[in-house]
Amino acid sequence: MATLTIPVEQKKKGSEQEALITGAEAIAIACKLANVDVVTAYPIRPYDTVMQYISQLVADGEMDCEYIVAEGEHSQFEIVKHASACGARTFCGSSGVGWMYAMEALTVTPALRIPLVAMVGNRALDDPGAFGVEHNDALAVRDLGWMLTWVDSAQEALDTALIAYRVAEDRRIFVPLAISCDGAFLTHSQALVQIPSKEQVKKFLPAYNRGDLLLHPDNVISVAPQVNEDWVMEIRRQNFGVTEIACDVIREVYADFEKTFGRKYGNPFFEEYMTEDAEVVLLGMGTLSTPVKVAIRKMREQGKKVGFVRLRWFRPFAGKEIGKCLERFKAIGVLDRDFSFGSPDLSGVVATEVRSAMYSNSATRPPVIGFIGGLGGREVTVPDVEAATEIIFQAAKGKAQPLTQWIGLRG
Amino acid sequence: MGQLFAVEVIYRGVFQKTLAKNITRDIVLAAHNEGKLGISFGRYGDAPERNGIPAKSFAIVAKDEQTLEAGMAQYEPKQVDLTVVLDDTLCKGTESWAWYGLQPVHHALKPGHTLIVVSRDDAPGLLKNIHRREEPYKLGILKGITSFSGMWVFKDDHTDVRVLGAIAKALPELFSLESVEQFITEKLKNPLKVTSARNAYERFGTTDVKPGQGNPEELFKFTKPDWEDMRGGVSIKGQPQGGPYADPTTGKVGGFRPARNELFKKYSTRTQRPVINFSTCTKCTLCWLNCPDASFDVTPDGTYDANLAACCGCGICEEVCPVKDCVHMVNESEFHGNDSQWAAFKKDKDAYLKWLETTIEKAEPIEKRSHGFRYRGQYQEQVPEALEIAKKG
Repeated sequence: MATLTIPVEQKKKGSEQEALITGAEAIAIACKLANVDVVTAYPIRPYDTVMQYISQLVADGEMDCEYIVAEGEHSQFEIVKHASACGARTFCGSSGVGWMYAMEALTVTPALRIPLVAMVGNRALDDPGAFGVEHNDALAVRDLGWMLTWVDSAQEALDTALIAYRVAEDRRIFVPLAISCDGAFLTHSQALVQIPSKEQVKKFLPAYNRGDLLLHPDNVISVAPQVNEDWVMEIRRQNFGVTEIACDVIREVYADFEKTFGRKYGNPFFEEYMTEDAEVVLLGMGTLSTPVKVAIRKMREQGKKVGFVRLRWFRPFAGKEIGKCLERFKAIGVLDRDFSFGSPDLSGVVATEVRSAMYSNSATRPPVIGFIGGLGGREVTVPDVEAATEIIFQAAKGKAQPLTQWIGLRG
Repeated sequence: MGQLFAVEVIYRGVFQKTLAKNITRDIVLAAHNEGKLGISFGRYGDAPERNGIPAKSFAIVAKDEQTLEAGMAQYEPKQVDLTVVLDDTLCKGTESWAWYGLQPVHHALKPGHTLIVVSRDDAPGLLKNIHRREEPYKLGILKGITSFSGMWVFKDDHTDVRVLGAIAKALPELFSLESVEQFITEKLKNPLKVTSARNAYERFGTTDVKPGQGNPEELFKFTKPDWEDMRGGVSIKGQPQGGPYADPTTGKVGGFRPARNELFKKYSTRTQRPVINFSTCTKCTLCWLNCPDASFDVTPDGTYDANLAACCGCGICEEVCPVKDCVHMVNESEFHGNDSQWAAFKKDKDAYLKWLETTIEKAEPIEKRSHGFRYRGQYQEQVPEALEIAKKG
C-alpha cells in the first residue's frame, strides 16, 4: 500500500477504493491508472505537488514510467511533445509564470497534433510573486488549440484526468489538453475520493495509437518543416477542424465514462446547481463553486431564486449549450477569477466569452454582469457572493448596473 | 485605371541581394523624376539569405495613386512588363525556396515584352537554357560579367546604372534616359555612372524570340493539395534511406545513393559545378563527408559522384579534396544537362577524360564565377575589368 494513498475506510465499493487525497494526488493516481509512459517535471507551486506524488509512486514501485526532471518548463513541455510524437502517453504540468515560460513549446504543440495531458495548478502571474490561484495562466493558451477544462474537486480531478486521455488521444482530436486545478483550494486540500481499479481504467482507456503520425524509423516522416504562405492556412484549418467536433467527442467520452465507472457528470460542459426555477444565475469556474453553493443555499432559504452554473470546459467553449441554458434567466452574473485588461466592458475572460456566446446563441438579451474576484488566491466569501447576487437581482429588475465590478476588494 | 508598370529583377540570394534592391529602388526613383509613383520590394517568401538561391525583387510604378494601389494590393505582380536577370545561369530557370518546381525565367513576362539578361554570352547561347514558351518575347543582352558581392555589401561595378540604361531603351514608357541621368546626377552624384548608363542605353538591343524557340526541357509541375488531403500534424512523408545502385556499364551493384527530395532539386541554385576526375580519386571520402547537402553518391567503384540534383555548387568539395586534379569547380553556364559524370566516365574513360580537360579549360577560371568573393582583393581586381567590358559594350 502506497504511503500517500491514506485509506480512511478500507470498504470496497465494487472494485473501487476510497482514500483521502488532494486534487494533485488524485491526478497523480490517474496517471498511474492510465499507465503514463513519460512524465516531465520542474518544480513550481502549486503544480509541484503532483510531481512529488508521481515521483513517490515511481519510487514505491507502483508506477513504471520515464520520470524526467527538466531544467526548466520550456524543456519540460518540449520533452513530452517529442515523447508523445514517438507514441508515448505523456503527462506534464506547471503553474503561473512557469507555464508562461513554456509558452513557445505550448504554442507549437497543438499544430503537431500532440495529445499531451497537462495539469495547470492555477497560480497568479508574477509580478507580484504570489502562490495563490488566478486563472490567467491557463487562459493564456485559450486561442492556440489547447483544450482547457476546470475541475472543482479531487474526485473530478481524477475522473477528468482519465477522460482527458480518452478525449485527447481520440484520433479525431489529437491536441493537448490542460486540466486546471485551483492552487491551494484543490491542489493542497484532501478530500475523500473513489479510486477506480486498473482493470476498469484499462477498459475505458485504450492504448495510445498515433497511427500514421508516429515518429518512428518504420514510419519515416518529417515533422514541423518550415513552410511559406502557401501552407499555413491549410494547416490552421486542420486544427480548426478539431474544434468543430470536439464537443461531440467529449459527449461520447463522458457517456462511456458513466457506463464504465457509474459516476454521473450529466452535461459534460457545465454543472447546473439549483437553476430549475431560478430567476438569476451566477456562473464561474473551479473551486469558487463551494462558497457560491453555500451562499445560494442561504439565499434560497430567504426565498431568493438564484442558481449557479459551473463551467467545466472552457475550450472547447460549448457556446450553443451555454447560450441556450442562459437565455431563460433574467440576469446573469459571471464570476471571473481572472482579468482581461482592456477587454470589451473591461470584464474578465469568462464574462466576455459568455456575452459572445449569448449574442449568437440566446433568444433573449439578459444583462450579463461581470464580477472580478478571488485574485491571487483571495477567498471568495459567502457575503461577497450574496452582495454580487443582490446586484444581479437589481439588474434583473431593469436597474442598470456597471457591467464589471470587483468583489472582495479593499476600499 | 491608368497604366501599371511592373518590373521584376531575378537575382542570386546573398550575392546579389543589395544589387537587386538598389536596381528596383532606382527604377522607382528614376520614374518619379517623370512624376510617376511607385514602390519596390523583395519577394518575402524567397529567403534570399541563402547562398545562390534564385530570388526576386520588384518595382511597380504608376501615374496615379489608385493604379499604384491596385498594384500594391497583390502580394507580387502576376505579370510583369520587364524581367531583368542579373546572372545568366538563372536562364536555366528559377527554383526558389518552396516554389515547388522549376519556373522559367520568363514565367511572369507579358507576351511581346523584354527579358534583359546580364551576360557575356549571345542569344543562341542563352536560348540553350531559357525554356521555350508559346508567346513571343524579346531577349536583350546587357553585356557584362555577373556582378556578385556579399550579403551587406554592394560591388559598385556600374551594373545597377547599366541596367537602368537598358530599361530606358526596352521600356521607354516607364522612364526616359534623361530621367535616369537626372536620377544618377542628383542621387548617386557620379558622372562616370551617367556615362555607363548612356553607353548601356545606346548599345542595348533585343532579339525577337519566336514561340517554341528555346530549351525544350519539360518543367516539373506541382499541384498544391487541399487542406483535407494534407497529412495532419504538420508532417510530411520522409525520404526512404536510399541504397546501392547499378553500374550502368558493368551492371555491378554497390555503393550508396541516398534518396533525395523529389520536390526540390537544386539545379537552379548553382553558378558553378564540380567536375570530377574519377581516375585520380583516392576514395579518401573527404568530399562526401564535407558536402553540406549530401550530394555525393558513393559509386559501386567506391569513388564519389556529385549528384547534380542535390548539388548547390558551394565548392567545399574542391576545397577539401587533397588530390591536385580530382575535383574542379567550373562555370555552370557552360553546361546544359545534369547527367551523372561517373556514368559517362564508365561508358568511355578516354572520351570522358578528354572532355574533362577541355571543359576545365573552357569553363572560365572560377574566381570570376564564384559565390561572392573567394579571396581578399578580388573586388579591386574585378571592378576595373567589369568597367572595361562595360565600356566596350
